[in-house]
Amino acid sequence: TEPCPAVRPLSFSPRSRPPALQQPPGPGAVLPSPGPFPLSRAAGDGLLSEPLGHPDFFNVKELFSMKDLFSARVHLGHKKGCRHRFMEPYIFGCRLDQDIIDLDQTMDHLQLALNFTAHIAYRKGIILFVSRNRQFCHLVESTARECGEYAHTRYWQGGLLTNAHIQFGAGVRLPDLIIFLSSLNNVFEPHVAIRDAAKMNIPTVGVVDTNCNPCLITYPIPGNDDSPTAMELYCKLFKMTIIRAKDYRKQREVFHKLQSKEEGGCARPACASRGCRAP
Amino acid sequence: MCRRVLSKCSLNTSRLGAVPTALGSLSRCPTPLWVQTLSLTPSLTLPCPSSMPSPRVLSLSPESRAQRLPLRSPREGAAGRHDASPQPALLGAEQTQGPQPPLQHLHLHLHLPPPALPMPGAGQRHPRPPSWRRSAQARLRLCPPIVGTEAFPGPCCAEPGAAVMAAALRRLLRAGGRRGAALVAAAAACGPGPQTLRLIYTTTAAWKKNVAASGPEKYTEAFIKKQIEEFNLGKRHLANMMGEDPETFTQEDIDRAIAYLFPSGLFDKRARPMMKHPTEIFPEQRKIQWGEDGRPFHFLFYTGKQSYYSLMHDTYEKLLNVQKHQDQLAAQDLPPQKEKKNLVGSRWLTKTELEEMLLEKLSDDDYSRFIQLLQKLVMMPCGNIEENYIKKFSREISAQLQKVVIEPLKYDEQGVAFSTGEGRRKTSRATVAVYDNGTGKITVNGIDVLHYFPVLQDREQLLFPFQFLDRVGKHDMVCTVSGGGRSSQAGAIRLASAKALRSFVTEKEVEFMRQAGLLTVDPRVKERKKPGQEGARRKFTWKKR
Repeated sequence: TEPCPAVRPLSFSPRSRPPALQQPPGPGAVLPSPGPFPLSRAAGDGLLSEPLGHPDFFNVKELFSMKDLFSARVHLGHKKGCRHRFMEPYIFGCRLDQDIIDLDQTMDHLQLALNFTAHIAYRKGIILFVSRNRQFCHLVESTARECGEYAHTRYWQGGLLTNAHIQFGAGVRLPDLIIFLSSLNNVFEPHVAIRDAAKMNIPTVGVVDTNCNPCLITYPIPGNDDSPTAMELYCKLFKMTIIRAKDYRKQREVFHKLQSKEEGGCARPACASRGCRAP
Repeated sequence: MCRRVLSKCSLNTSRLGAVPTALGSLSRCPTPLWVQTLSLTPSLTLPCPSSMPSPRVLSLSPESRAQRLPLRSPREGAAGRHDASPQPALLGAEQTQGPQPPLQHLHLHLHLPPPALPMPGAGQRHPRPPSWRRSAQARLRLCPPIVGTEAFPGPCCAEPGAAVMAAALRRLLRAGGRRGAALVAAAAACGPGPQTLRLIYTTTAAWKKNVAASGPEKYTEAFIKKQIEEFNLGKRHLANMMGEDPETFTQEDIDRAIAYLFPSGLFDKRARPMMKHPTEIFPEQRKIQWGEDGRPFHFLFYTGKQSYYSLMHDTYEKLLNVQKHQDQLAAQDLPPQKEKKNLVGSRWLTKTELEEMLLEKLSDDDYSRFIQLLQKLVMMPCGNIEENYIKKFSREISAQLQKVVIEPLKYDEQGVAFSTGEGRRKTSRATVAVYDNGTGKITVNGIDVLHYFPVLQDREQLLFPFQFLDRVGKHDMVCTVSGGGRSSQAGAIRLASAKALRSFVTEKEVEFMRQAGLLTVDPRVKERKKPGQEGARRKFTWKKR
């Protein structure tokens, strides 16, 4: 019998290789806090800057493994004919005309994306899940509801982000992060929200399949967006990350409150006798 | 009291943008004043009588209405301010009676330096479209802040000149009094140099480009609350006026009182004056959809149609539940439930009803998608699990498909069975009582049938139901009939007797009667005459020439 054809690696020049993934910002960098609701300075010093000291503060790496990705069929891409040019760096090879996505790169990208999502959720940002795949519409909406965030898996009205003040009313707060669980719409074109989010300076995380354009997405995750197992895996991972980050935030807030109460009590021992009302 | 009504009758003060104050006081005057706005520049100068010719002041009393000139734009004003001869008409107006002495008084006090700032649009070349010029003159920034009256003190101007102007104006208005108050109008202040006052009449329609595009009016909670307070207060006033107890004054009493106090012959009930609770008048509106921190309350907020999509989400969830239940039953090899909900006497919600339920506008596609999903849910074998959920979206259709009930036989004092029936034909109405064990005697309006219906044809009509059922000499009939003519009365009695005979007869024979047409109301009535024709169908004689 003929030996089964091996996975043929794609031929690409060194130029098309992805650049070495940059390190996440160091301890010195400070991300801008979301929205017009800044915390008081005393809380902000410790609360917001603490997670920025570590590259993987929320330890998102432990949430998934290569084996999980493989068994969820994340590595399976579309046929060779559907391949998008800009996805070539992320493709490991092609077997029987079907593209195989490089799971090593997927692991790195997924870790970055989940870390970023966790930081946004920690800072009480609004996260919007977007997917135009009818098969997983209910799943995505349920995921968003369970982790207390928002979803949009329906027809995208043109001015939702760019004309928000007229469509929703003045004073509306836009999402701080948009997560695309499928970055194409029903006619296999890039979702309008990718471009609109880039216009409105909203960072995006997106699962990009081999027929998608990863260009405008801030944190692309090369992976399969058509299998139910893969989608369930992504939803589970995002939900766990967000809930973990929010819980941690609650803990830190309580801790800081207690700490500031103690400090307030210790700093003015003389007032205690007079029944000072300062917290 | 009935502010809504009163405000409709009087000038709509709130529409005039920046001039609610001055006009507000004036609109409550009994005499119709139509002088609208007043604008004064703080750095305005009224020329001193000694140095300049008499000021171009327009007094807008009704007497001087005829002598009024059309308004001029600032540019034209700028162009024309160097005219040597002021308009004679204005001068004429100025010489009429009225506020002349206060004006003189005004002249002496208001000697102000010319403004430092150049007036916009005066002598400047701007490459702007001509429409800008026309709308610009209507804009507020060319009409500097309004000075208020004594009742409503306007915004206080920092400049002393404006304060003096304001004081003078107040004096003037007080002197003018309520009756036909002549308001000093300001002629256009155009450019540096001798300043003249000008009347500018503005409305919000001139400022706003597209008022209709701003959407339906939005009411704040505070506004609605205030309306409710006013309503309650007005209710008490109304009760006092009608001499009733304010505590027990119900909405029906209010309606009756309003109908009494404001009688209206308008046909449309909704056009008549009404005084209802604000929650009935102002449509229920969505409150703000997000909390203090800006996070929206609903997880589908960013879709734009959160209620509708959440409804679709919930309905789909029910569908998945039913599928899971079916799979469980199939796994246990149990047959699916056979009972099906009877959809015959019910209908789905209409689009308007659904919109009211969701408080959101829907498109036809959205509505049809939702109904299709509901139908899919109902069609599933185990759809009965979610019956409660489906009931929320279905309504009973009443009376349409109910079977016609045939009344049972009644018995009179002698123990004779009888049955009644009603019938109509054209404009005749007949009621009939058919008695058993009879000899075929028929009485119509107390008169024997032979005398009431001399024509054979009518008597044949009366006989037909009995003949059809082979009961010709077996029943007596007592009829009352009114309206219509000879033939239509006969037809009405025929229908009434056929209906009455249903009680004596088997269901099969009732069906035969129905098929024979004895139980159907004859719908034919006289067709109306149309204009341009001689009769209902007959046209006028056509003449070739």
